[in-house]
Amino acid sequence: MIAWTFLSAFAGAFLLLLLPGRCHGLARVVALVSALAGLAVAVVVAFQYDQRPGAQAYQFMVLKEWVPSLGIDFSIGADGISVLMLLLTGIIAVTGVLFSWNIGQEPKRFFALFLVIIGGAYGVFLSLDLFLFLVFYEVVILPKYLLIAGWGSTNREYGAMKLTLYSIVGSALVLVAVMATYVVSGIGSFSIFELGSLPYSKGFQMWAFPVMFLGFGVLAGLWPFHTWAPTGHVAAPTAASMLLAGVVMKLGAYGALRVAMPFFPYGLEQWRFFFGALAAVGILYGALVALAQKDLKFVIGYSSISHMGFVMLGLVTLSAVGITGAVLQMFSHGIIAALLFAVVGRMIYERTHTRELAVLARLGLGKALPFAAVTFVLACAASMGLPGFSGFVAEVTVLLGAWVAMPSLLWVVVPGIVLTVAFTLKALQLSFFGKDKAGEGGQAREEVHLYEPITMPEKIAAVLLLATTVCMGLMPTPFLNLVVASFQGDLMRSLLR
Amino acid sequence: MDNPILSYLWLVPVLPLVSAAIIAVCPQPCRRLAATLTIGSMIASFFVALAAFLTVLGVGGSAGGHGGGEVFRGFFNFEWFRFGGEALRLGLLLDPLTAAMLVMVTFVGSLICIFSVGYMSHDKNFTRFFGFLSLFSAAMLGLVIANSLLLLFMCWELVGLASYLLIGFWYHKPSAVVAAQKAFITTRIGDLGFFLGMVWLSSEAGTLLFYDGGNGLLEQSALTKMATGLTVGGMAVSTVISLLLFCGAAGKSGQFPLHVWLPDAMEGPTPVSALIHAATMVAAGVFLVARVYPLFSVVVGPETVSAALQVVAWTGAFTAVFAACIAVAQNDIKRILAYSTVSQLGYMMLCLGVGGLAGAIFHLIAHAFFKALLFLGAGSVIHGCHEEQDIRRMGDLRHRMPVTFVVYGIGMMALSGFPFFFSGFWSKEEILHWTHGWPVSQVPFYMALGGAFLTAFYMTRQMFFVFFGKKHSKEAAGAHESPAVMTVPLALLAAGAVLLSLVATPAWPWFHHFIEGGETHFDFSVFFVFGNLALMGASILVVGAGVGIGWFLYGRKDLPEAVADPLDRAAHPVFQVLQNRFYVDEFYAATVFRVLRGAAEVAAFFDRFVWGGIVLFARGVARFFSVFADVYDRHLFNDGFDSGCEAFRDSGGFLSRLQNGKIQSYLGVAGAGVVLLILIIAWI
Repeated sequence: MIAWTFLSAFAGAFLLLLLPGRCHGLARVVALVSALAGLAVAVVVAFQYDQRPGAQAYQFMVLKEWVPSLGIDFSIGADGISVLMLLLTGIIAVTGVLFSWNIGQEPKRFFALFLVIIGGAYGVFLSLDLFLFLVFYEVVILPKYLLIAGWGSTNREYGAMKLTLYSIVGSALVLVAVMATYVVSGIGSFSIFELGSLPYSKGFQMWAFPVMFLGFGVLAGLWPFHTWAPTGHVAAPTAASMLLAGVVMKLGAYGALRVAMPFFPYGLEQWRFFFGALAAVGILYGALVALAQKDLKFVIGYSSISHMGFVMLGLVTLSAVGITGAVLQMFSHGIIAALLFAVVGRMIYERTHTRELAVLARLGLGKALPFAAVTFVLACAASMGLPGFSGFVAEVTVLLGAWVAMPSLLWVVVPGIVLTVAFTLKALQLSFFGKDKAGEGGQAREEVHLYEPITMPEKIAAVLLLATTVCMGLMPTPFLNLVVASFQGDLMRSLLR
Repeated sequence: MDNPILSYLWLVPVLPLVSAAIIAVCPQPCRRLAATLTIGSMIASFFVALAAFLTVLGVGGSAGGHGGGEVFRGFFNFEWFRFGGEALRLGLLLDPLTAAMLVMVTFVGSLICIFSVGYMSHDKNFTRFFGFLSLFSAAMLGLVIANSLLLLFMCWELVGLASYLLIGFWYHKPSAVVAAQKAFITTRIGDLGFFLGMVWLSSEAGTLLFYDGGNGLLEQSALTKMATGLTVGGMAVSTVISLLLFCGAAGKSGQFPLHVWLPDAMEGPTPVSALIHAATMVAAGVFLVARVYPLFSVVVGPETVSAALQVVAWTGAFTAVFAACIAVAQNDIKRILAYSTVSQLGYMMLCLGVGGLAGAIFHLIAHAFFKALLFLGAGSVIHGCHEEQDIRRMGDLRHRMPVTFVVYGIGMMALSGFPFFFSGFWSKEEILHWTHGWPVSQVPFYMALGGAFLTAFYMTRQMFFVFFGKKHSKEAAGAHESPAVMTVPLALLAAGAVLLSLVATPAWPWFHHFIEGGETHFDFSVFFVFGNLALMGASILVVGAGVGIGWFLYGRKDLPEAVADPLDRAAHPVFQVLQNRFYVDEFYAATVFRVLRGAAEVAAFFDRFVWGGIVLFARGVARFFSVFADVYDRHLFNDGFDSGCEAFRDSGGFLSRLQNGKIQSYLGVAGAGVVLLILIIAWI
């Protein structure tokens, strides 16, 4: 059944390509239905997933031979972490379509490419065969380029080029390490379970682990290989920014967690402080750069670097608490970043045609677009990790894990948290609550800019995202249970120290 | 200690929270509904809090009766979420400290909300204002009843958020926006210490519950473990954790050097200043230290006074005097009160530091009453004078605003510590008593006395400027008394500020025993013990000196706005330094902010040109090679392929339609092909 996640996305994409060119309305309906179908499957899977102690970690398994001579199978299945990522992808898919509801330029192709990325992401989160994993991983990369180059805004060719170049370098590193592992193992299988349970020589692990981890880290925005992310996010159209920050960056972290880390325990042990330090620096550095930005979307872009640092830091703590925190942060940041990009890209930029903070400060958007203002305030509060939002639960959990595993890094991380508050408040204030020219209460203000009011699809999507982050912030138990159930799997358990 | 009240305790924070939620979905015109909900929920919470207080009183009395000196302590822990085998639990706690704080917060809060109805009546964001007030009250009450450091921290952050929203409530004023950000960020800096302390604490004690039937972090086994464990520099773990927590407390309670946000926070509406920045939220830092007092005070071995408490005491003493000095030279009515708040918070910290837990809490509660009174009085003055805040432009208001004048006078006398009939006198008395008995040093005692002198002085100065002399502006001349909805809460607060003095005299130290346990007997003779008499004498003397000098400088003759302050004339450079608040803000602007901005710019530059440059370089290299490849490709492979394609294209009409020359189209088809492949595979 889980195959229907990506099948529905790919089928939707296929259908869209077959549609006649003029059917713009139909195209978005098809896209929405296809995205909703994926989300529905993800929700059903989440409810059906058996979390009882003693249950199998991986469920809903499907195994079909693909290329028997090379040991390649079509093998998919989901554990709690996969289920959480499926949910994230489903939510981003639906809200992404809703936030692109009004897209004017070739909606058909836009949605088709969008759905291909979504389908690829579903596939990555479900693959239990390394070759299949790589196929889906590559499926994601090319459409990204096309979406940005075709529908993007500022400096789009540069952004698209940079993003693709980085992605390809990253996936090339992964590919090299995977192929080497396949050859070295000598068992002629791409099964993640089989490859993951083999003891590799220390010398091999010492180079294979960093190569593979870095390859995945590039996609996860690991400092200092992060620079594709802000430029790419900024150049991308809204739905693509949401997808990039919300899902694609998670693919890297997911790969690191599922492949690089369990395969090479010795390499992990040797390198983990190094990568933890990179993650910690990324948290501080991302926040620092965000503080200096003058373009609102760049602020959000760099905040993603900072937040993804928490994910990578949580992963290398190698404790149940830290890894759980990392997975929660993947989910939480996915939702929050998508929301922030939606507000900035769709609600603000498409109405005002500017993202310069200095310009926005003069527009009095707080009054002109009250719904967007409230949404942004809440999204910023969530992004700062205030209690009651998902970011708090996730970041606290990561830091609890990090405190035990590598306390020295916390002294780097902690100033980053203050800076996050600083740049978030600055962006929030300048974008919506800037100095009102009319002064006192704004009553004297006659020339209120008339912007198109916030549309219903935007409202629905924003409420869906907000509800998700608040739900996780107040009731983290169901989310935690999903992650904790995954630790019953051998590969995940082998990570814990 | 199961008690039915515990199962209703959750109502106290939840009622305002529900009201906030309802107001959040209300449209702006529902003004009456918003105010009713907020005030109604606060009053309802007040009654629940009162019931809790009476319960504590009843049980505590009987426990004291059989001689244990025990205090009532009931808690109710519940599971928030489960993590594998471990549950993360939060809880609610009811003990004398909580009970006293709950009653104070709900009572003062209700009055301030009622006052706001009058004060904010002209504001068009009236509904939003009450929504924020409800949110704040909910978070503050949650903070007070938390039986878990984590829950306390969460509420702590939420009060910070509410404070941010309320300071920046008039966001069309740039100064308000800047102040709001400054408040949030400065307190957040302190909160990081709090956070680290909390994380450390949880890994040391294995729990974040305060009390848990022997397993809580404030109970003996955990305390002993932390006090004996050593860390870097030979400090006990408990000391380091306490100091980290104290960073958070210092940020919230405006202790030096994190005090800079509090005076700026006065940009918010005056009821907000009264509620958040005088009575409740800023006292949360003091409350935090009081809450985890066992952790701060735990010592092992030969020491008698824990290092953490010494830091608390010195910080408090310094802040008390430092802020009082600044208050002497300010001209904005609210700023004077703000620095006075910082100074009084310093007193509370000092009292905690020297071991006077009950004294600090009594001062906290008494201060909440009279400072809320002063702020609301100032609000009434500002409202009456058409938003004028400069005390030099007021004058002679006692005739035009008689009610405000009387209640303000009561507040001023309570704050300055006029003898016998004001709560402030007795709370100051207790602080002096404890500092005098501190074994470490006598310096804080003299600092406290000096601070008391300054307090009396600057309050006298303010009184004369505002209510006496001649009218100094047309605003002052046109002043009018505020409506009853504003003056009645003032009168109630004034009554509180006076009546509270009944429960904490040395003769009947009821409050002390309520907090710390023990039985209270009425013993009038305690007044005449020599030590007490001498302290009282000293305190009356310094207050008298402060008021006297204040009168001598400011009261004898009218001082028009244009005439320089007498202190300025006497000692110009000193006065300048004080007026400019010791240049702390300027110092931060020149150091911290400059460094930060520089670092941010450097990082941004780096990101843009160095990392970005690498990408461009890589592209350049790739292009260089691709030129060769291109030449190769074009002449060797492409020509042949193209001609092949040509033939192929001509062969099918359907295909040629697809070949519309757009790259997206080609790739779309290619993608669809991949999809088909996967579909087929999935089917087999």
